Amino acid sequence: MRFIPAALTAAALCALAAAAHAQAQPVIGLITKTETNPFFVKMKEGAAEAAKARGAKLLSGAGKTDGDNAGQVTAMENMIAAGAKTILITPSDSKAIVPAIRKAREKGVLVIALDSPTDPADATDALFATDNYQAGVLIGQYARAALAGKPAKIVTLDLFPGHPVGAQRHNGFLKGFGLVAPDAKSNELGKTPEVVCMADSFGDRAKGQTAMENCLQKAPDVNLVYTINEPAAAGAYNALKKAGKEKNVTIVSVDGGCQGIQDVGAGVIAATSQQYPLKMAAMGVEAGVEYAKTGKKPSGYTDTGVTLIAAKPMPGVDSKDVKTGAELCWGRK
Amino acid sequence: MATAKTVLQGRGIVKRYGNVTALDGADFELRAGEILAVIGDNGAGKSSLIKALSGATVPDAGEILLDGRPVQFRTPMDARRAGIECCYQDLAVAPAMTIAENLFLGRELRRPGLAGSALRMLDKKRMLEIAIQRMADLKVGIRSMTQAVETLSGGQRQCVAVARAAAFAEHVVILDEPTAALGVKEGNMVLELIRRVRDKGLAVILISHNMPHVFDIADRIHVARLGRRAAVLDPRKISMSDTVAVMTGAMAPEHIPAECLAH
Amino acid sequence: MLGPQVSAPAVAHAFRTGTPMDSLTSKLPPLGQLGPFIALVIACAVFGATTERFFSGENFSLILQQVMVVGVIAIGQTLIILTAGIDLSCGMVMALGSIVMTKVAADLGLPAPLAVLCGIGVTALFGLVNGLLVTRIKLPPFIVTLGTFNIAFAITQLYSNAQTVTEVPEMMTWLGNTFSLAGTNVAYGTVLMIVLYLGTWFWLRETAAGRHVYAVGNNPEATRLVGIPTERVLLGVYVLAGVFYGIASLLAVSRTGVGDPNAGQTENLDAITAVVLGGTSLFGGRGVILGTLIGAVVVGVLRNGLTLMGVSSVYQVLITGILVILAVAIDQLSRKGGR
Repeated sequence: MRFIPAALTAAALCALAAAAHAQAQPVIGLITKTETNPFFVKMKEGAAEAAKARGAKLLSGAGKTDGDNAGQVTAMENMIAAGAKTILITPSDSKAIVPAIRKAREKGVLVIALDSPTDPADATDALFATDNYQAGVLIGQYARAALAGKPAKIVTLDLFPGHPVGAQRHNGFLKGFGLVAPDAKSNELGKTPEVVCMADSFGDRAKGQTAMENCLQKAPDVNLVYTINEPAAAGAYNALKKAGKEKNVTIVSVDGGCQGIQDVGAGVIAATSQQYPLKMAAMGVEAGVEYAKTGKKPSGYTDTGVTLIAAKPMPGVDSKDVKTGAELCWGRK
Repeated sequence: MATAKTVLQGRGIVKRYGNVTALDGADFELRAGEILAVIGDNGAGKSSLIKALSGATVPDAGEILLDGRPVQFRTPMDARRAGIECCYQDLAVAPAMTIAENLFLGRELRRPGLAGSALRMLDKKRMLEIAIQRMADLKVGIRSMTQAVETLSGGQRQCVAVARAAAFAEHVVILDEPTAALGVKEGNMVLELIRRVRDKGLAVILISHNMPHVFDIADRIHVARLGRRAAVLDPRKISMSDTVAVMTGAMAPEHIPAECLAH
Repeated sequence: MLGPQVSAPAVAHAFRTGTPMDSLTSKLPPLGQLGPFIALVIACAVFGATTERFFSGENFSLILQQVMVVGVIAIGQTLIILTAGIDLSCGMVMALGSIVMTKVAADLGLPAPLAVLCGIGVTALFGLVNGLLVTRIKLPPFIVTLGTFNIAFAITQLYSNAQTVTEVPEMMTWLGNTFSLAGTNVAYGTVLMIVLYLGTWFWLRETAAGRHVYAVGNNPEATRLVGIPTERVLLGVYVLAGVFYGIASLLAVSRTGVGDPNAGQTENLDAITAVVLGGTSLFGGRGVILGTLIGAVVVGVLRNGLTLMGVSSVYQVLITGILVILAVAIDQLSRKGGR
């Protein structure tokens, strides 16, 4: 009987100790644009793996659709209330998310942007992202080599007006091809006489097909198509095939998703710049754990790397083959 | 005046809604070729009575006789099939559709032959012809049956609604507050129309709060009170103020002078 | 009888409306219906004058192919909007339909016609669910379809594993094939779209069931009082719309050649835009279905023409927005004695 108070005290102390230990576990929140885009699914997987390996707790959330800023703000508030000290976010709306991020940082939360920057970029502590401009440059260089001196008639299938990633890839492509283009900071889509048509694909297969069909009407003698991502490229290929022109036109793209790599292997896409969402997320988790342990914050922009994947290598341009691309790709294999 | 044939009769109708007894053994008698006004204060049971007679509700007890034969109306469609038509207070017209379409709403005519049975095509020409004819019968002078109902004035719309009920009724037309919300001139227009409906041989039940109108066209006045029939009055003999007194209960039925009662 | 006697001629005089001019203008279709057609003509004239390739059979055939998916979705949307409802789930249901029909053919090996029927069956089922929630549980269509929009999206992503279905039987893409008509290549799918529009137009104009759709949208109480089974009409409209979404799924598969789980994300607003541009009132009870076809074509023409002109797509969005406001304003103003 006399043991009971002692036993209770011991139990209480154990509970307190466990709670204290739980407090020490770093809590990291990952907020993606949507739950379902395979790019973000891969990111979440990468983050979850890294968190498990480092003993951190990962909370994840997302907006409902691309552009759903309010959903991301809510997720951020909930995660901070649940104890997250680090937020990793792929911002749906690079401007609108800034006030919420500022509030979080005032509370001492580390906020890192993944994949695309906020506007302004220094609204977050750091940015781990693909260098989208470089991604464009690589495929531009490849395309120039592939065209082998023929005069270029270029169609660009972009995202939609005003999106920084869309502008960076587009302008990087022009630069890599050797044309005059705006620099990496610009949000404007560059245009030169070689660009015979520019249309918006919204990164969507069907809309990409429509955009390509309309551009084909304007410029039937196109020989090079830049696309914002691989679904748009697949749609462009469909349009070209229906017009019987798919053999004479080179299509280049960005992303490196598994479906896109398959298309490179099938000859639909000539070359694509592969990016690494898993790496972004893993680095983000690392930074979060580091911050929780030592209070050290990362800063500035860290390039998570981009690789050119092409079925047919071109002289003077460094690329990896489809097999390598398939091993490193994101999305369902 | 010799009593005409009884067209619609209700005996001891009872209707309860939960704890509230809306009709407490109400009697009712409508004669051929007459305009019977049904008046009563709020809660007197006049709408419940009308709903029972038109098939909108099913009474808990009592019987309804049409032309002397007992009838059971479970839905308004039953009553309509028996030849009783209702013209509701909110008119029940589709404003964007034409007068002809509204006339035949719910009873559209189909073309003869394969066009009607296989393709289920409407016979718009015939419906328009019949609409023009019926309106002309009742001397409703609207210019075009193909204009949308919403282009008509309030009084014209009311006439269309009344004429629709009259066009399809075989025995009885029930009119619920037909002159409410109408100005003097338009109200009189509708009253004229109601008289013509009666002259065509249909018996008319007129529910109204408008005493001058009631006294203008009713042949007899049925006063509902406390879920029963308080009295049936002769508008030619009794005064308006006495009628209101009977309606509110200020004058008990037994105190009504004999010559004021309708026979 | 007491009260003033009103003579019959006086009564008839009170009814006489209008001047000879009124009878002339009443013969023209209301401005709301002519509007989209006028906009289309103006757009075509401008693009024809400023670009070389706009006015060609090939270009027009392309535009029709580009709008055929939204066009057929918009038939269902028009029916629902005529009943004063709205359907936000239409695009997602279409995507679900295309995933079902392609996966059922690819995974289970069902023959194409059967697979297509499965897809249409699923979309019709969603229509039934929408209809039941609106008629039995009496929830507002906006809320109901907002919910089914999300549910359809989730089911599509889960069932497809977020993967595009590329193994599509050739028969399923047949509607994307073309035949030669007066020197131009016309896709079978666009013919189907036009046939569906004409058929629905006939049904809405010439049958009692079609007129009841208008009546229910214009005054549901009235339809109840005159004995029309209002709930059944509404339910039928939602199920029928679901069938149209299923046909649109097939058109999407035949156009792109794949089952794309990410399709249909903006089609709901695109369809509503086509309906509004076509002059159908969002309040229900008014509108001509052929107007919706014109509305859909106008959007396609704008997109195509501005691309040919080399103008940024931002202007397409701007012009579409202005046209929508104009369409709704004209609809309101041109009706005498409004609501």
